[in-house]
Amino acid sequence: MSEVTLGGPPPAPQVEEHHEHHPFLQHHFEDLGQQHEASTLGMWMFLSTEILFFGGVLAAYWIYRVMYPEAWAIGAAQQIWWLGAINTIVLIISSLTMALAVRNAQMGRRMGTVYMLIATLFFGTIFLGVKMYEYTKHWQEGLFPGAAFTFQWPQNPALVPKIELFMTFYWCLTGLHALHMVIGAGLLIWFIWRSWKGHFGPEYYGPVEIMGLYWHFVDIVWIFLFPFLYLIHGAHHG
Amino acid sequence: MMLSDFPLWPEQASTVAPGVDALMTFMCIVCGGVSVLTFFVIFILAIKYRRTSENQLAQDYEPPKALEAAWIIIPFLIFMFMFVWGSWLYFRIQRVPENAIDIYATGKQWMWKFQHASGQREINTLHVPVGRPIRITMASEDVIHSLFFPAFRVKSDVLPNRYKTMWFQATKTGRFHIFCAEYCGTQHSGMIGWVEVMEPVDYQKWLAGGAEGSLASQGEKLFQKYACNTCHTNDATGRGPVLLGLYGTTVTLSNNATVTADENYIRESILNPQAKIVKGFAPVMPTFQGQVSEDDLLKLVSYVHSLGTQKTAVVPVETPSSKDTSAGSPLKPGAGIPPQKDKGATP
Amino acid sequence: MSSLTLHDVRFVEPEATRNYITQDYGALSWLFTKDHKRIAILYLISITALFILGGFFAVVMRIELLTPEGDLLTSDTYNKFFTLHGIIMIFFFLIPSIPAVLGNFLLPLMLGAKDLAFPKINLLSWYLYIIAAVMGLYIIITGGVDTGWTFYTPFSTQFSNTHVFGVTFAAFIVGFSSILTGLNFLVTIHRMRAPGLTWFRLPLFVWAMYATSIVQLLATPVLAITLVMLMFERVVHVGIFDPALGGDPLLFQHMFWFYSHPAVYIMILPAMGVASEVVAAFTRKKIFGYQFVAYSSLAIAFLGFLVWAHHMFVAGISVYSAMIFSFLSYFVAVPSAIKVFNWTATLYRASVSLMTPMLYILGFIGLFTIGGVTGLFLAAIGLDVHVTDTYFVVAHFHYVMVGGAVMAYMAGLHYWWPKITGRMYPEWWARLAALLVFAGFNLTFFPQFVLGYLGMPRRYHAYAPEFQVLNVMSTAGASVLAVGYALPLCYLLWSLWYGRPAGPNPWGAVGLEWTTASPPPMENFHETPVVTWDAYDYPAMMKAMGETQNV
Repeated sequence: MSEVTLGGPPPAPQVEEHHEHHPFLQHHFEDLGQQHEASTLGMWMFLSTEILFFGGVLAAYWIYRVMYPEAWAIGAAQQIWWLGAINTIVLIISSLTMALAVRNAQMGRRMGTVYMLIATLFFGTIFLGVKMYEYTKHWQEGLFPGAAFTFQWPQNPALVPKIELFMTFYWCLTGLHALHMVIGAGLLIWFIWRSWKGHFGPEYYGPVEIMGLYWHFVDIVWIFLFPFLYLIHGAHHG
Repeated sequence: MMLSDFPLWPEQASTVAPGVDALMTFMCIVCGGVSVLTFFVIFILAIKYRRTSENQLAQDYEPPKALEAAWIIIPFLIFMFMFVWGSWLYFRIQRVPENAIDIYATGKQWMWKFQHASGQREINTLHVPVGRPIRITMASEDVIHSLFFPAFRVKSDVLPNRYKTMWFQATKTGRFHIFCAEYCGTQHSGMIGWVEVMEPVDYQKWLAGGAEGSLASQGEKLFQKYACNTCHTNDATGRGPVLLGLYGTTVTLSNNATVTADENYIRESILNPQAKIVKGFAPVMPTFQGQVSEDDLLKLVSYVHSLGTQKTAVVPVETPSSKDTSAGSPLKPGAGIPPQKDKGATP
Repeated sequence: MSSLTLHDVRFVEPEATRNYITQDYGALSWLFTKDHKRIAILYLISITALFILGGFFAVVMRIELLTPEGDLLTSDTYNKFFTLHGIIMIFFFLIPSIPAVLGNFLLPLMLGAKDLAFPKINLLSWYLYIIAAVMGLYIIITGGVDTGWTFYTPFSTQFSNTHVFGVTFAAFIVGFSSILTGLNFLVTIHRMRAPGLTWFRLPLFVWAMYATSIVQLLATPVLAITLVMLMFERVVHVGIFDPALGGDPLLFQHMFWFYSHPAVYIMILPAMGVASEVVAAFTRKKIFGYQFVAYSSLAIAFLGFLVWAHHMFVAGISVYSAMIFSFLSYFVAVPSAIKVFNWTATLYRASVSLMTPMLYILGFIGLFTIGGVTGLFLAAIGLDVHVTDTYFVVAHFHYVMVGGAVMAYMAGLHYWWPKITGRMYPEWWARLAALLVFAGFNLTFFPQFVLGYLGMPRRYHAYAPEFQVLNVMSTAGASVLAVGYALPLCYLLWSLWYGRPAGPNPWGAVGLEWTTASPPPMENFHETPVVTWDAYDYPAMMKAMGETQNV
């Protein structure tokens, strides 16, 4: 799965007799340049699919937000905004370390790449930890939709199903995002191992760059989710 | 001969049917004509230029490029003609005449329930008078259905969360099919019935038999049963807005938006009172979601509707604005309310 | 290797006879192959199996509809049959048919590349397809599903008690198979073209695959996420599409058709690409208005995203949105018309050969034209009110999907069969089958236009007695059609053993795929070709190929 997401090139033993070939050049490409371009383009296209994937839920989210602004505001008020803010900062820092990892790989600094990837993994894990804390809290507060939804809103009980709808979108969106983070973390571990083995260098750093594209994308998704799910209650006026 | 039990063209039994059939005929002639012409040309060319020896090459000739422009522009113009005709016909099918008789329909797995304004109820059969426009307001109790009268050339999906309306005016008496056209589960193909078109005199006779009081009067009883009348009084002293003369007017809400008081608005105000608060009132009304059945809801709506058409001296919440275009609100995708209803309702 | 072993002596063959089929032996060499040609064969076998299964459901339904009473199957069984027929034929046959079989096999050959850009992802696509298909089969065995392939809410979320979750999950997975195939093709077309092969030298099949892949890449994820929400709603009992909980069932229809209308173009655009290839080869002429045909594919892909709500004219959209979607639907008809007229014009002063692939394609043009123009009927809103959700719609989309996509798939399969297998099929049997399919198809589906206008709703297990004559005609046609589809299965299999060797270019056709051996070697080309000619440059290419063949 991991190779798939990246279009990544593991060793291709069948061309080892051509000594002038780079060990990670796949047999069906003419040269590393073509391989790099193809993989990068592939990742961009994968990300465009991802945009539409998240876009589908976000479209539904927006339609209901327009239909039920009060419920959305109440739902957003149930989130601890500063936890979301911390997570946003953590992810932005992790994007920086990811970018530095790509730079290090490009410059051929093996251990620099490893350390930066480890840092990225560290911040990603912090994000997931905070998210787990929030999830546990929501569960205890009866904010998981369906049978477990025991949240009450005495001011206007008619709004409860709509608040539940908000929480449905909350769980769907953050759940999908967290799933992407978990996959990203798995990939990071694999990349740390590969960097440590010295697979990457100035000639061949494409996979790290592609990993970076994925990581930045997941960050950007969060940067949209944070205001949509945590902050909109402030913007609502009656 | 046997054409009676092997029809190739459906019976025309409504005022819009000849219009639909005319467009159908036009489409068949134009599309069929162009298709047959194309097949003929292909056939002739394929025979005339067929390969006679193994190594024969095509002639070094290209038709003029202007052809390309011709078959982009000409089809497009024909298509636009079809578009305009189709849309014009659609407006005709959608615009309800002002003097339409109201009938209420409920779709339910797997039957059609009809209620006449006078209180008559029937299942899977619908009695209507010939020569009078009939407006059907409908909702579903469960899944999406679709009420289809092939002889009248009209159909409309029936949704579980809002009212939709359709209308027709039968042009001849007789018995015609009612089908459910949207797949709705096991007995979908059994969710069928008959519409009985009768002479108006016979219809009146039929109505006179066995009614339990008009739909609106049954609604009035419910209005008291649910104690709606404690707040919605007939003068401006109640805690809720006055409902006399409300129907069809434009209501200003607490957030200064305006909305037309139609069936869907009344329905929403019963089920989800907090969604739209009338300006100047407190959000104190409890929800009746889950307490009022679709049948009873129709009766209540019918009652409020009847209050609106009683020309009383009570001043409406706001004078109707004929420029109102809130129908088909862009905020609710798919929640379009056919705007001609507004036109029918505004004086 | 320093010395040859007995094993080596037996299997080292002259270079020319080593091809992708004989390169390696054994099931594992196929199941773990990364070669695009072998993956195409894997797809060919799997989609054929599912086509037979989907066809079986269709045949039983047609037999049921011989009489107005629902007497052969129960209502529940009938509902499950049309649901499974739809799901299998659309998600497991039509969408992968031309792209995953012919596209997979031919795209690298047409581009002068050794393989697709991501061979492992290509294999993964097939495995995703197989996982989804196995899930589907498991569900069929354990009780099936009865929502219709459209999964309309709230029926699918609240009322159906069949295996909705499993089937939507299978559709979700097969969606990713489709996305990854599209992604692979797009990158391959962008980055793997042979030197000199510029965009306007590409065969029109490649243009069609490019447009298809864009749709696969951008529409399928929306279906995927819609199905995720549906599954979530069913499992957790939330109310995204449930009116009782504040949801809107129409939102599901909007999101579903946002994918499923473009999906129609995933099925028909590749068919148009095959048509262009076959028409060029069997007229020995460049397709008239090459650039218009190329751009019209992109136009269809783009406009296809803007017309989804024409499935919902009576479902509850406002009069004005209905008008807009009607207008845009007429727009999308223009590029399709361009293609039909351009293929016709190509025949003028050509060298027309009426071999089997060309017969299929002429049939395709005819049936697609009828399917296309009846789409104009449905786009006229006032008329759509009467004919939507009736057999008129059933006939319309079968004309486009079976008369269009399947006819073109059969044409492509016959056209490239010599390239894929190295063998010729018996021409007379093949022509007979093509004619049977054409005749049977028309007899099956033309009466359904009349039925629809008479008012027979679709998905009806029992129907009014006056519809019987037309239904009997339809069933009679279906039996002819079934024979027409069974024949190729027999003679194509026969040809694998007894067919005459085809040689590299049996049709005298132009295109990079015809410059390599049949079947092609593992690496496709011994040397990367350098392209100096336009697509379908018959005079120049016939000359050049005559010279190389004489060497």
